[in-house]
Amino acid sequence: MIQLNANHFIYLLQAATWTLLLSLIAFVGGSIVGLAIALLRTLQVRALRALASGYIQLIQGTPLLIILFLSYFGLGILGYKLVPIVAAGLSLTFYAAAFLGEIWRGCIEAVPKTQWEASDCLGLNRFQQYAYVVLPQAVKLAIPPTVGFMVQIVKNTSLASVIGFVELARAGQIINNSTFEPFVIFTVVAAIYFALCYPLSLAARALERKAHAGR
Amino acid sequence: MSYQFDFSFLAERWPDFVAGAWLTVQLTVVSIALGLVVGTVCALIRVYGTRWMKAPVGVYVELIRNTPLLVQIFIVYFGLSSLGLKLSAEVSAVIALVVNMGAYTTEIMRAGIQSIQRTQLEAADCLGLTRLQTIIHVVLLPAMERVYPALSSQFVLLMLASSITSQISAEELTATANLVQSDTYRSFEVYIVVALVYLALSFLYRFGFWLIGLVLFERKRKLGTAL
Repeated sequence: MIQLNANHFIYLLQAATWTLLLSLIAFVGGSIVGLAIALLRTLQVRALRALASGYIQLIQGTPLLIILFLSYFGLGILGYKLVPIVAAGLSLTFYAAAFLGEIWRGCIEAVPKTQWEASDCLGLNRFQQYAYVVLPQAVKLAIPPTVGFMVQIVKNTSLASVIGFVELARAGQIINNSTFEPFVIFTVVAAIYFALCYPLSLAARALERKAHAGR
Repeated sequence: MSYQFDFSFLAERWPDFVAGAWLTVQLTVVSIALGLVVGTVCALIRVYGTRWMKAPVGVYVELIRNTPLLVQIFIVYFGLSSLGLKLSAEVSAVIALVVNMGAYTTEIMRAGIQSIQRTQLEAADCLGLTRLQTIIHVVLLPAMERVYPALSSQFVLLMLASSITSQISAEELTATANLVQSDTYRSFEVYIVVALVYLALSFLYRFGFWLIGLVLFERKRKLGTAL
């Protein structure tokens, strides 16, 4: 049995950078797909709305863990090599897109109807309405809940450990396998997650308060 | 693509999936019920408690909400057993899920309780309701009615999150899937089946909570308006 030492903590901190990288991939990917979902949900075309809403129902009704397994083994079937970070990045992107899409749809719909009417009267076309009138106002509403959701993304990257991606939670398991001090190790792992997530939570709350004060 | 889908394992292994799904239902129903109790008590403390009672509840909520469930489960199962408290995987799973659920429920219920106006409490006082009657009929039920949509979606999220307990080999649906796929090597098909079962479960839960809401909130059922 190996004693816990400083190297173990350095290893955990290195693994935490992978957690951050994966979170970043998920957030950027999820934002791009999520924006498309949110826009589809607010368009006038019924078929596209149904498609986006079906996607959201499907992803929000399935555990992220199962989505991870499906992309991991699914990519294998398609003949790609099983690279954990690709499967993890893809799954978290799909997952984040469904939730961000739903959050942002709410923000777009929260922009008063009169804004649409006014921009209609000014002769703006559909694209101009979105780009210059509605989306800039929706973004303002969207920032606090989006920051709040980033906490969920960071926490959920821990599930990537099940397909062998060595991030913070997996690193904790690996160290535990050689030192057998689960209580200390997983408490440290939890503390590192807390250090990553709590500032985001505080920021989300402060932004929320600011948004309400302005109204 | 030359991949042949093969779902033939279902003919033989479907009872395993049913058993797994049943354990998922049991685990989550128990966790939801206990988590609701924990969360409601903590929310009452957060709104009406003294400062010394509020502080530990605040710490509990922040600690749980800012760390992953997976790590919480590991601390309960591996951590506590290394300290000498041996718990079975299922019991550890329930404890971790209740602790987790309690923190989220606290925040949701707190929002509901804070929306109950002071005048309501004064009116209850004037009517001569006892403290317990006031808490149940004037504070908790109306508070719950207001936040019920948020509560029930949190319950569904917990059901989906219970899949994580497969990592400490609680024999629920996801663990069953892991087992069957290691026997049959039809990984992709197995997880498709399980995804569909979870999807069905989440619709079932939503329907169930809608029904419970109808029974619980008499006023809303009769008037059909939001409180």
